[in-house]
Amino acid sequence: MKKAEEIFQLLKDNFPASNLELKTDQPTEAIIIASPLEIDKICFFLHDAPELLFDDLMNLSGVDEPKAGVLTVYYHLGSTKIKHKITLKVSTDRNKPEVSTVTEVWKSADWHEREAYDLLGIIFLNHPDLRRILMPYDWDAGYPLRKDYENPEFYQGMKVPY
Amino acid sequence: MAIKTEEMVLNMGPQHPSTHGVLRLELALEGEIITNVIPHIGYLHRCFEKHCEAMTYPQIVPYTDRMDYLAPMGNEFGYAIAMEKLLGIQVPERVDYIRVIMAELQRISSHLVALGTYGADIGAFTPFLYCFIDREKVLNLFEITCGARLLYNYIWIGGLSHDLHPDFVRKTREFIKEFRPNLKEINDLLSHNRIFIDRTANVGILPIDTAINYGVSGPNLRGSGFKWDIRKDDPYSIYNKFDFDIPVGEGKYGTVGDSWDRYYVRVLEMEESCRIIEQALDQLPEGDVQSAIPKRVKPVVGNVYARVENPRGDLGYFIISDGSTSPYRVKVRAPSFVTMQVLNELCKGYMVADVVTILGSIDIVLGEIDR
Amino acid sequence: MGFLDKEFTDGNIVIAKVEDLFNWARLSSLWQVSFGLACCAIEMMATSASHYDFDRFGVIPRPSPRHADFIIISGTVTLKMATRIKRLYEQMPDPKYIISMGSCANCGGPYWEHGYHVLKGIDRVIPVDVYVPGCPPRPEALLEGLLKLQEKIRHESMIKKTA
Repeated sequence: MKKAEEIFQLLKDNFPASNLELKTDQPTEAIIIASPLEIDKICFFLHDAPELLFDDLMNLSGVDEPKAGVLTVYYHLGSTKIKHKITLKVSTDRNKPEVSTVTEVWKSADWHEREAYDLLGIIFLNHPDLRRILMPYDWDAGYPLRKDYENPEFYQGMKVPY
Repeated sequence: MAIKTEEMVLNMGPQHPSTHGVLRLELALEGEIITNVIPHIGYLHRCFEKHCEAMTYPQIVPYTDRMDYLAPMGNEFGYAIAMEKLLGIQVPERVDYIRVIMAELQRISSHLVALGTYGADIGAFTPFLYCFIDREKVLNLFEITCGARLLYNYIWIGGLSHDLHPDFVRKTREFIKEFRPNLKEINDLLSHNRIFIDRTANVGILPIDTAINYGVSGPNLRGSGFKWDIRKDDPYSIYNKFDFDIPVGEGKYGTVGDSWDRYYVRVLEMEESCRIIEQALDQLPEGDVQSAIPKRVKPVVGNVYARVENPRGDLGYFIISDGSTSPYRVKVRAPSFVTMQVLNELCKGYMVADVVTILGSIDIVLGEIDR
Repeated sequence: MGFLDKEFTDGNIVIAKVEDLFNWARLSSLWQVSFGLACCAIEMMATSASHYDFDRFGVIPRPSPRHADFIIISGTVTLKMATRIKRLYEQMPDPKYIISMGSCANCGGPYWEHGYHVLKGIDRVIPVDVYVPGCPPRPEALLEGLLKLQEKIRHESMIKKTA
């Protein structure tokens, strides 16, 4: 079982060139901030390294932060073998939101990423099947969970607001 | 001259008696054999996460009920655990005990629906009626506690909406006494029924590695023979005070991880829930259940992830607070949503009729998949 | 109450209006589309199961809308689902009836304000005969809704349309 600091040190040693940061001022768990286009390599390492073995992607959530002009993705990882946990975070530009997919590492990321795309418009590069998932396929009024989203008046002739 | 063949696409749902709600499956078939399954979801997308951003923290509790509507107590429990972690609240001991009792009763009632509808899907209609008799008894227990049959709004941040009814302890003991023989009856009627076994054993085999990689959790993961239960492996509330086993699939009638194993793990879990409830009733302390409820919920800036073991698996809440009275973002890791992805792996190579078997065995709730 | 609801002890001739005969036959054997949407569907299942026993009113669930007389819209109707429900409704043979079960189907329920993907009431898509309030309605409330529907059918006329 490893603490967040130890995991961070391991990542730093193995990815000397990347821009990693550890944030411990949270009231609950520590967060490691990584870069959006390297997240797949980092996740492969976290999944495969024998002293880490993060085999369970507990959660993947997208967040809109218009004040900072970014869209953020949080990865909550857990290990069923070593029973430790870690949270990763990547931020990407709101106008060109691109994050590398982690579906190659965990198959469970597939729908989580599709959902983040559907509701927030985050584009996951190299995702095998990036389509809308919860909203209709022909929904063209934008991404509902963005803070500046406005609901359309009509959808297929049906009135949407109350 | 070779016969020209082509793949056939069959649509199943959104209105279909065996999809357990509004789910559409696009089945690609070669004759009767399934080559690919594409689930289409979102027919019940009720914008839970958007509502969270507009509501205050206590107002969200009733909305959590409506996600996994077969296990509302479990959803409320998970939300309360997450919020208490964020706020740093220690709840009175009595609250913890009552929550565990409710969550386990809910597990029984939820599994009863799972078993009943599974039987009905496969053609055994009678077990459905048997299961609903016992489920009504659990609902009566909930009803004397908080007045509602299905969606309770019972577990609040820091406490409970009501204390227990004076008769609750006696009635719950009576229920468990009646329920155990009924469980045996369901076993005799369905679990060890030859026809049922022929339909479910060796169908939809899920190996452990695939299950973990796909994020499958709860009874489905345990059906594959992997001993993993959040109640034991990442304990929350007071589950470490109770003595209970984690049943796993053993491949009694077929291969480990087949539909029958997933089904039978649920039957065994109900027995374990009974044990937990009995222990909790024995140790139930006195106290005020509302003393720790905060007057105004206004957490500090930060975020929290907490997970609990719901009847369908590992339910997680990720809550981001910006210091105001309503959350900045709530994301729910719904167990059925994650489990649903593995359906394609499970169905490949089986017959069309087996889709119903496999879909029933992973016990999905659409309210939670679509939120 | 028509003649047909009375019990006869020995053979006799009954004179009744065709209308009454048809209405009596229709209301006593309402076949339902077995179709559930959300939380209310669980209460609908509970109503058809052992304790509340929908069968005693002649309600038998049919998996195909083409066999059915009425449909219970049991739960939240989303925009994605609304078009499908309309299609289901159009497949049902006349005469057909609709019970809207629960607040969500009636008016959007708890999702009326922020539900960007929720249809605020099924009556925006298809006509409703009986509204059953509640979130979710108790099985007793659904039974009452069914009795109301039967009452409505009892007074239907073949020539004049009742409201």
